[in-house]
Amino acid sequence: MRSLGPDRPLMAVTLLLAVYGILILYSAGQTDVVTQAQGVWVRQLLWLGIGVVAAAVTFRFSFRMLEWLAPAAYGAGILLLLLTLVVGTGQGTAAGTRSWLAIGGQQIGQPAELAKLAVILMLARYLSALREPPRNLRELVAPCLIAGVPFLLVLKQPDLGSAIVFIGILFLMLYWSGVKPSLLFMLASPGLSLLLAFNTWTWGVWMIVLAVLLFAWRPYVVEAVFLYIVNSAMGAVAIPLWQRLAPYQQNRLLTFLNPEIDPRAAGYHAIQSRVAIGSGGWFGNGFTLGPQKRLAFLPAQHTDFIFSVVGEELGFIGVMVALMLFLMLFLILLRIARRATDPFGSLAVFGVLALFFSHVFENVGMTVNLMPITGIPLPFFSYGGSFFLIASISIGLALRAAWDARLSGYADT
Amino acid sequence: MNEFHSYRRAERAAIARWFFFAIFLILSVAFFRTQVVQHERFRLRAEKNRLRIVPLVAPRGVIYDRNGLIIADNVPGYAIKLLAPSVDSLRAVLARFMAVVPLDTSEVRGILARYRQAPYQPVLVLGSGSFETVSRLEERRAVLPGLVIQSEPRRYYPDGEAVAHLVGYVGEVSERDLASDRFPGAQLGTVVGRAGLEQEYDAELRGQPGVHYVEVNARGRLVREEDVAPTLPAIPGQAIQTTIDLELQRYIDSLWRAAAPGVRGAMVALTPSGEVLALYSAPGYDPNEFVGGISTTEWRRLIDDPAKPLLDRAIQTRYPPASPFKLAIAAMALKRGVATLSTYMPEPCRGGLQVGNRYFRCWKPEGHGRVDLEGAIAKSCDVYFYQLGLRIGLDAILSDGVLMGFREESGIDLENEIAPIYPSNVAYFDRKYGPRGWSKWGATLNFAIGQGENTQNVINMTRFFAALASGGGAPTPYIVRPRSNQVRELGLSHDQLEGLRAAMIAVVERGTASGSRSLDLALAGKTGTAQNSHGEDHGWYVGFAPADKPTIIVGSIMEFAEHGSNVAPYVNKVLLRYVLGEGTGDAPVTVAFPADSAPRAVQIVPDSIRLVDPVADDTVLPPPPAPTEP
Repeated sequence: MRSLGPDRPLMAVTLLLAVYGILILYSAGQTDVVTQAQGVWVRQLLWLGIGVVAAAVTFRFSFRMLEWLAPAAYGAGILLLLLTLVVGTGQGTAAGTRSWLAIGGQQIGQPAELAKLAVILMLARYLSALREPPRNLRELVAPCLIAGVPFLLVLKQPDLGSAIVFIGILFLMLYWSGVKPSLLFMLASPGLSLLLAFNTWTWGVWMIVLAVLLFAWRPYVVEAVFLYIVNSAMGAVAIPLWQRLAPYQQNRLLTFLNPEIDPRAAGYHAIQSRVAIGSGGWFGNGFTLGPQKRLAFLPAQHTDFIFSVVGEELGFIGVMVALMLFLMLFLILLRIARRATDPFGSLAVFGVLALFFSHVFENVGMTVNLMPITGIPLPFFSYGGSFFLIASISIGLALRAAWDARLSGYADT
Repeated sequence: MNEFHSYRRAERAAIARWFFFAIFLILSVAFFRTQVVQHERFRLRAEKNRLRIVPLVAPRGVIYDRNGLIIADNVPGYAIKLLAPSVDSLRAVLARFMAVVPLDTSEVRGILARYRQAPYQPVLVLGSGSFETVSRLEERRAVLPGLVIQSEPRRYYPDGEAVAHLVGYVGEVSERDLASDRFPGAQLGTVVGRAGLEQEYDAELRGQPGVHYVEVNARGRLVREEDVAPTLPAIPGQAIQTTIDLELQRYIDSLWRAAAPGVRGAMVALTPSGEVLALYSAPGYDPNEFVGGISTTEWRRLIDDPAKPLLDRAIQTRYPPASPFKLAIAAMALKRGVATLSTYMPEPCRGGLQVGNRYFRCWKPEGHGRVDLEGAIAKSCDVYFYQLGLRIGLDAILSDGVLMGFREESGIDLENEIAPIYPSNVAYFDRKYGPRGWSKWGATLNFAIGQGENTQNVINMTRFFAALASGGGAPTPYIVRPRSNQVRELGLSHDQLEGLRAAMIAVVERGTASGSRSLDLALAGKTGTAQNSHGEDHGWYVGFAPADKPTIIVGSIMEFAEHGSNVAPYVNKVLLRYVLGEGTGDAPVTVAFPADSAPRAVQIVPDSIRLVDPVADDTVLPPPPAPTEP
C-alpha cells in the first residue's frame, strides 16, 4: 500500500485554481476608476485561509458522521432560507434581492450557498438508502421535494442563478444514482414545455414528440397521462407566468436571446462582457492591463463577471488554461466519486461535482452569452466568502472520500 | 445496491466524462469564436467604448500683404472644452465652471445645444481663454471632471478694424452651411471664414484638422489625455499673398478716423492692372472679437447698430454714380464720334436747360457759360451733359454702359459683391412704368449726369476709372488672384484717353476738386454728389495719380458728405502718399470747396423714382456667424 496522504491531484488542481483566482481578483481591483473591487483580493486571501481550515476540518469528518448530520444540516438550511425571506438584505450586484443574512447591519453570508451543500448531503443520504434507484415518477417525488423546497425558496428571493444550481444538482445526482436518462427526460419535460410554449408551433411539435416518446418508453399509463396533462398545463400557464415575472427578469431572458435589444440597460452586461472578452484576442491585453476592466466598462468584474477579466487580459490562452483546470477538477472529482467506498460518499462527491459544474458552466457561459445572465459566483475566482467556504468544505469532503477509498485499497484497482 | 457496483459506476462515469468533454468543447468554441474569429469587431467596439476624439485645430494660413507684412496671423490660444457623459452632468460641471468664468444663460444654452449635436466630442465652452483663466481652471481641475484645455492656434489680426472688411472674420461653421456643403470638408465645430478674404479663400486657409484621442471611463469621465492612441497632427492652412499694400490700408484707416470720424463710406485703391491696394469701409469692427466665438452682446451691438458696421460699403452697397459717371458719357460720345473734347454744345450753360415743356437745372444756378467737353468735365457742367446725352441717345447710353461693365459686378475676389443696377435697354422702362408711363427725354437726361436707374458699387466705379487711367481696358480687380481674365475695353483711342485724363487733371487743377490740388504731383479725378432721398447727399471722388502715367486709382464715397469735393482731399492725400511715399500726404488740407453738381434728379414720372438707398433695404449683409446662441 502506498503512502496515505490526501489526494494529490485534487490538492494540486485546487491550489492552482485558487492561485489563479486570487491573481485575477487582484487584477480586477486594478482600475483607473474607484470601484468596489479595489483591494478585495486581500480579503479573499483571508477567506482562502479560512477555506483551508474548513477543508481540513471537513476532512476529519467521516461520511457516517456526515450522513447522520445531513437531515440537521438540511433543516438548518431551509430555516435560514425562510429567515432570509423575512429579514434578508441585498448586496452588491444583487442589491435588489433578499439573499443575505445580516446581524446588526453586518452581512454574514448567503444561506443559499449553505443550502446547496445541505441539499447535496440530503439527496446523497436519501438516494444511497434506496435499494433500487427511482424507476418511475412517483419514486422521484421525494428527491424532487428535497431539492425543490430550497429551489422555490431561493427563487422567491429572487436568485435565479442559485435556483438553477439546485436543478443541476438534482438531475446530476439522480443520474449518478442510476436513474434512467429517459425518466430524467420525462422529469425535465414540463420545464421544456414551459420554454417552448412561447411559440405555438414549437410547442405543438414538442407535444407530438413527447407523445411519441411516452409511447416508446412505456412508463405507467397513469404517469404518462399525468405527465402529458402537466405538460399541457405548463404550455397554458407559460404566458401568464411570463407576465408575472419582474421586468428585469423578463429583460434578462430577452437580452439573452438578443443583447442588442437594450444595449444601454438590460443588455449592457452581456455586451460589455463579450466586448471585453473579444478584445482580448489570442493573448489578451496583459495582466492587469485590460482597458474595459480598468475603465469600469466591465460590470461586476470581481464577482459575476470575473471570467471576462481572464478573457480580456490573458486572452484565449488564459481562458483555455482556466477551463482546462476546471475540466481537470471535474475529472478528478468524477474519479473520486467512482472509487468512493460507499454509495453515500460517492453520491456526495458527485453532488459536489454537480455543484462546481453548475456554477462554472452557468458563470462562464453567461460571459459569452451562452447562458442567460444570473448572479452566480465562479468557484475560486469570484470574490465572496460564503461560496468560497462552501467550495472549500466540498473539496475537503472529496479529499476525505479519496482518502477513504485509498484506505480500503480501492484506489489501486 | 447493484447500481453502485463498480462496473456500473464506471459505465456512468464514462458517459459523464463525455458529457464534461462536450461542455468543455462547447465553451472552447464559444470563446474561440468571440476571442479569435470576432476579435477585430470586439476590439473596435472596445476602442469605441473608451476613446473620444478631440479634433486638433489646424492653424489657418497667414495672409500677407504685397510686401510681406502680415494682415492675418495666428497666436497661441487656449480653447476650453468639457467632455461630459450626459446633459445633466454637463450642467452640473458648468455650474461649477461658472464660479471661475461667468457665463450668461444664453451662452449656457448654446453650450448645451452644441453638446446635444455631438455628445461624444468635447463641447466647446470658451473659444479663447486667457492664460489667467486657464490657470485658474487648472487649479480647480479636480472639481471639473472632463475639462479639456487645448492649446489652439488663434486667429489674430494685428491691424484689427483697419483691415476688418478686407479680411473678414472667422467663426464656427453653421448647421445650414454644413447641410449645403458650402465649406467642403468642414465638420461640426470647424472654424471657417465667414466674410472677406477669410471666406473667399477659406479652402486654402483652413488646413486640415488633426485627431487626438483621449480615454474615458464607463461613466464618460476623462481618464487620460496623453499617449492614449497615436495622434494625427493637423495640417496647417496655406499662406496667401495678397496685392494689398498694408501701409496704405493703415494710412487710409488713420486718415479716415482723424479727418472723418463717424462718417460712413468706403475707399478702394487699385493699380491699373486691377490689383487691389486697399479696400476700406467705415464704420468698421474689430475682427478679433469674432475669434473663438463672438459674445452675444457684441453680436447684438453690431447687428443693431444703424451704421451697419458689418456692411462692406466698398462692394456691398450701391450708390447713384452721379458726376463720375459723366466720364462714362464722355467716353461713349468720343467712341461714337458724336463729340470730341473740344466740341461745344448748341446751348451754353445759363444755369439750366429747357427740354420740351420742362426746365432742367444745372447744379450752378448762375451757369458755366460756353464750355467744351473738357471744360464741362472739369466744371461738371450738367447742361452740357444733358445735351451730350440727348445727342448719344438713351439706347446707346444703355448698350454702351453694359459694354463698359456697369451692369455687372466688378468681379473682385470677395463674396457677396452686390450687382449694380443698370438697364440693358429701354424695354426696362416700359416694363417698369408702362410704355406711356415714362419720358425718354427725362430718362436720358438723368443718365447723362449719372442719376436715374443707375446705381453702382464703389469697386465697380473705381474699376471704370482704372480703365480710363490705363490703356482703356478695365481688368477684373483682385486681391489674391483674378476670378477672370476678362478686360472690358472702352474702345477709345490713345489720344481720346489722353484728352479725358487731361480733363480730369483740370478737375483737380481748376475745377471742382481744385481745393485738393497738390503742387508736387499731377493728380486727376472726378468728384460727384449722389442724390440721397434720405438726407444729405453722398460725396464721390475717384482719382488717380500720377496723372500722366497713373500707378494708383482710388475711388471713395462718403455718405452724407454733401459733395464730392469734400471727399477729394482725402483721396488725393492717399494718392500722394502712395506715389510719393510716407510723410507727403500729411500736409494739412485746407481748401475752400466749390459746390459741385447737385441737381435734383429729374422727375421722369409724375411720382419720383425712389432712389436706391445705400443703407436701407438694398444692402447685402454678410451671413451672420453663429454667435453663441442656439
